[in-house]
Amino acid sequence: MLRLIGRRLLLMVPTLVLASMLIFALAEVLPGDVGRSILGPYATQEQVEQLNRELGADRPLYERYLSWAGGFVTGDWGESLLLKTPVFPVVMRAFGNSLLLALFALVIIVPTSIVVGVFAGLRRDSALDRGITISTLSMTVIPEFVSGVVLLYIFAVWLKWLPVSAMPPEGSPFYERFYYLILPAIPLMFLELGYIARMARVGTVQVLAMPYIRTAVLKGVPRSRVVFGHVLRNAMVPTVTVIGSQVGWLIGGLVVIETLFVYPGIGKLMVDAAQYHDVVMLEASVLLVAVVYMFANLLADIVVALLNPRIRKGG
Amino acid sequence: MPERGDPLAPNPATTEGPESGADIGFLELETAGVPGGGLGEQQLLADDAAALEQRRQRRYLARALLRSPTFMTGLVIVLFWIFMALFSTFITQSPTDVDAAAILKAPSPAHWFGTDDLGRDVLARTMAGARTVLIIAPLATLLALLWGGIIGLIAGFYRGLTDEIIMRLIDVLLALPIIITSILILSLLGKSLAIVIIVIGALFTPVVSRTVRAAVIGEREREYVMAARLRGERSAFVMSREILPNITQPIIVEGTIRLGYAVFTAATLSFLGFGLQPPSPDWGLTIATERSFLPIAAWTVLFPAAALASLVVAVNLITDGLGRVFSR
Repeated sequence: MLRLIGRRLLLMVPTLVLASMLIFALAEVLPGDVGRSILGPYATQEQVEQLNRELGADRPLYERYLSWAGGFVTGDWGESLLLKTPVFPVVMRAFGNSLLLALFALVIIVPTSIVVGVFAGLRRDSALDRGITISTLSMTVIPEFVSGVVLLYIFAVWLKWLPVSAMPPEGSPFYERFYYLILPAIPLMFLELGYIARMARVGTVQVLAMPYIRTAVLKGVPRSRVVFGHVLRNAMVPTVTVIGSQVGWLIGGLVVIETLFVYPGIGKLMVDAAQYHDVVMLEASVLLVAVVYMFANLLADIVVALLNPRIRKGG
Repeated sequence: MPERGDPLAPNPATTEGPESGADIGFLELETAGVPGGGLGEQQLLADDAAALEQRRQRRYLARALLRSPTFMTGLVIVLFWIFMALFSTFITQSPTDVDAAAILKAPSPAHWFGTDDLGRDVLARTMAGARTVLIIAPLATLLALLWGGIIGLIAGFYRGLTDEIIMRLIDVLLALPIIITSILILSLLGKSLAIVIIVIGALFTPVVSRTVRAAVIGEREREYVMAARLRGERSAFVMSREILPNITQPIIVEGTIRLGYAVFTAATLSFLGFGLQPPSPDWGLTIATERSFLPIAAWTVLFPAAALASLVVAVNLITDGLGRVFSR
């Protein structure tokens, strides 16, 4: 198991290096003149050249890449072009906010989709099963900002059960934040619900077809024990696997939901940095997201391995 | 392919596709015993029969699609939006005309869907809003299919080191979430329609090339590919004229899946402000700009939202219907 993790970590290094090169290339090589792409077409040539000197964009490419990547590893992420302050603390604060939202969303997503999926699987091919499948799949394919505004309208504007904003007023106790995060988390749940519930349903249907379930039913084990003891546990493995593969979508969803709810997370930070051509901030945030994304995938693989004794013991 | 009457590739039509089951198996038996080379009339007859069979298969698929309620519902909705994208300006009021006397008016007989913060007719804007998504999504999908098809064919056909390098690079591209990469590129390259199309197409290419590569690997050891290579055809010919026609079904299914995602991504990018700029009636853009009026004039947001939802669900219904008919 440890060797498995070690090997995966080693494999991640070249992928990360290539990904950082890709980000660097997209941000600083593709636009041609960095200063020009930041200042826009109306700046004078002198202004552009001065900015390029400030950014160090007049140095050779490999030197710029090495100093950028080296800075990233050591926590020196440069200075924001817009805020004129170091990028690192700003990005980290936003990242913390996003992490809170993402974890809260996951806490809602996992049990809901498993319950819904198992429920559909237990009543396979009934009207209820078809209804669940169609509605969860529709929720998944509809963009999160669409379901977001509809939910905002229903629960915040019309029923007034939940607040419109995603952040409590300054000085509220920490637990208050979760109350404000309920509404942003639901569209994120919709985004994942279709896939995860489908896997839970397939898992349930497969487990129900196993001989040991028939044995349990025939020897008179109560239905609730069959469901909780056998079905639920075995339907978990494919479900957890698919949750891991959905992390990328969750990150994309965070960007959109944070923009919709004006929530100060890393997604909102990236969109703002992109709108105002803050390349330094943008590069650092994107690379951080790439790193987190890879670690999240690794974590999902480890959890799957832990759940599956064949992988766990086989190493 | 059998239409070309190629004597050394006798029966690819009979081995392809899900319909190659019992009812056309006899053809295979008939041609299997024929030795390669120097075939006369018999081979041509077999080719004719195969071509006929393929046509029948296509008719069968078309009939199955017409009978699939999922596919037809999706198709009707998508056709409705295509019609509206083309002709809505002749039917409704102008989607950009400003009326200062009618700002944020609730739905009424004069304005069925109400008016927005500039007094523009929401019905007209909702109907015209399909246009940008319906331009961006199909073109981006076609680009992704073209590039992904070429890359997948090359990787799957040559295998070895070429394959290894291409697949590693694709892993790296997939290491970044698509929305994030597109924001990075669009913020620096500008926000024209063409750039949005190219960026979405480029970002969908890795996934398409994976699918195509898998399909090519399934085909490359088949007899007809070997036959073509043995008679000395160039690799490009084998890839484009022999293998490609036999993997059209997975490519079509992949294309419709990508189309759904392309609609999703295009709408999301314009919501985030990286698509078209105001006063375009694009749905994503409208939802973003009118969002602050949600508490007092929900109709400005909810109608475009419902329209976008209907289009996305419809495209996915088509995908689902196609996938079911093809896999039957």
